[in-house]
Amino acid sequence: MDDKPHFRNIALLWLLASVIVTPIIVFVVGPGLPPGTGTVEAAGQVTDNTVLLALATPVALGVLVYMLYAMWAFRERTPEVIVDGPPIRGNASIQFWWLAVTTTMVLFLAGYGTVRLLADGSGGGQGPNPISVPKPPAGTRVLPVQVIAQQWQFTYRFPTYGGVETRTLDLPEHTLIQFNVTSLDVIHSFWAYQLGVKADANPGVNNVAYVTTKGPLNFEVRCAELCGVWHGYMFNSGTVVSRAQFASWITQQRVQYAPATGNLGPYSKTYFPQPLRRGG
Amino acid sequence: MSGRAARALVTAVILVAVCAGIGIYIGLYLINVPGSVAATSTATGTQLYLATVPAAELTDPHPDWVSYYVVNSSSTDWRHDTTFQVPANTLVHFTIYQYDTATGLRNPYFSQTAGTDGSVLYNGKPAAVVNPAAPAHTFAIPQIGLSVPLPGANANAKNLCANAPCPLSDAHVTVSFTFRTPAKGLYRWQCFVPCAAGFIQGNGGPMQTVGYMGGFLKVV
Repeated sequence: MDDKPHFRNIALLWLLASVIVTPIIVFVVGPGLPPGTGTVEAAGQVTDNTVLLALATPVALGVLVYMLYAMWAFRERTPEVIVDGPPIRGNASIQFWWLAVTTTMVLFLAGYGTVRLLADGSGGGQGPNPISVPKPPAGTRVLPVQVIAQQWQFTYRFPTYGGVETRTLDLPEHTLIQFNVTSLDVIHSFWAYQLGVKADANPGVNNVAYVTTKGPLNFEVRCAELCGVWHGYMFNSGTVVSRAQFASWITQQRVQYAPATGNLGPYSKTYFPQPLRRGG
Repeated sequence: MSGRAARALVTAVILVAVCAGIGIYIGLYLINVPGSVAATSTATGTQLYLATVPAAELTDPHPDWVSYYVVNSSSTDWRHDTTFQVPANTLVHFTIYQYDTATGLRNPYFSQTAGTDGSVLYNGKPAAVVNPAAPAHTFAIPQIGLSVPLPGANANAKNLCANAPCPLSDAHVTVSFTFRTPAKGLYRWQCFVPCAAGFIQGNGGPMQTVGYMGGFLKVV
């Protein structure tokens, strides 16, 4: 058995690699991570992803450095003479620190994730009784928007604007949006990528997700739950606009779709429309 | 050649043949696109005549499925295609002979016409909205915001059409509308009435099969 300080060498190499790569991950890669910083929740997700990457980088580097070092330092130098390696021995110190470090990391991540989820829900659907309700920006009120999923188009209903239903989605800037997501038929999923929101649309269920908009933004909406052959075509787009532009848009929608609004039933968090199926 | 080498060679040949067969099958499937029908240019503009029926032709692979057909102005010359070719950035006139009876809309939002250039005419009379229980089908292109409900034929009529093809003497509603086609591309259209009899939610079967209650607008 050789007496080279392999552990020290691996530790130093790992430390050097971590000091170089981790800042690159945090300051160069992190800011460009999806889904962008268009909303408070989306920006929070970028931060969360950066934290996870920053923690994962030294772990990954540790595995990589150890593997490469072992491939080089312990390579067979005299292949014509096969010798058995030194016997494996236990090492209580390594075992203790291995458990301590990994347990600490996991507990930290559990705590961090819990705190972040409780802060604003992270753009995910929280079911009909959300436990994480962000505060709206000062001087504003929550804007409830119902997302109605049906095979194969999303429509949007605004209960505080006469219950008008629209096929496009404009949202005011600097506003807390309460998405109430439901479905009229099968399971869909409302995924507004740049808004950082993703919530399942289940029939007979109201799934609430929160997003706080920031400045002007163009976003795409896609269905993220396979819902039939035209699932891939179930998409549209939306924009975050100034409050004045939103007021103008919603007024125009109320006028344009007044006849349809007259045919819509009362606003409800869920619907059980008939017919369920065509007779026959 | 030794026995082992021969077996290896035979195995390799069979493997190549199987892979080639799979590749050819997939390739043929991918290039086998549904046929399309072009709108015709007339003195009054680009025109397309369609029909919706409660059941396809008796010789169809699915004779009990609801379906769209391409027809002519006298509701003869029936062609079972649901990919329609139209020119880009052009006003196109659609006339739909609607022979099926009402099912009703699952979402009453679609009871209002949208995306047309001018009014939609129902048996010659303009209307912006219909009773949500009245539509048998709709014609909608979600990408461009076009949505036209198609009221059902009188369910008590004595001359209801059973299977395609249906003559104009059978009970029907004539729906006419015009819309401006978008830029070149392929745009999906569908019906928003859950009209697929016997399927869960009414959106299976013909509703998810090109050639029946869904298709494409090929804008060239």
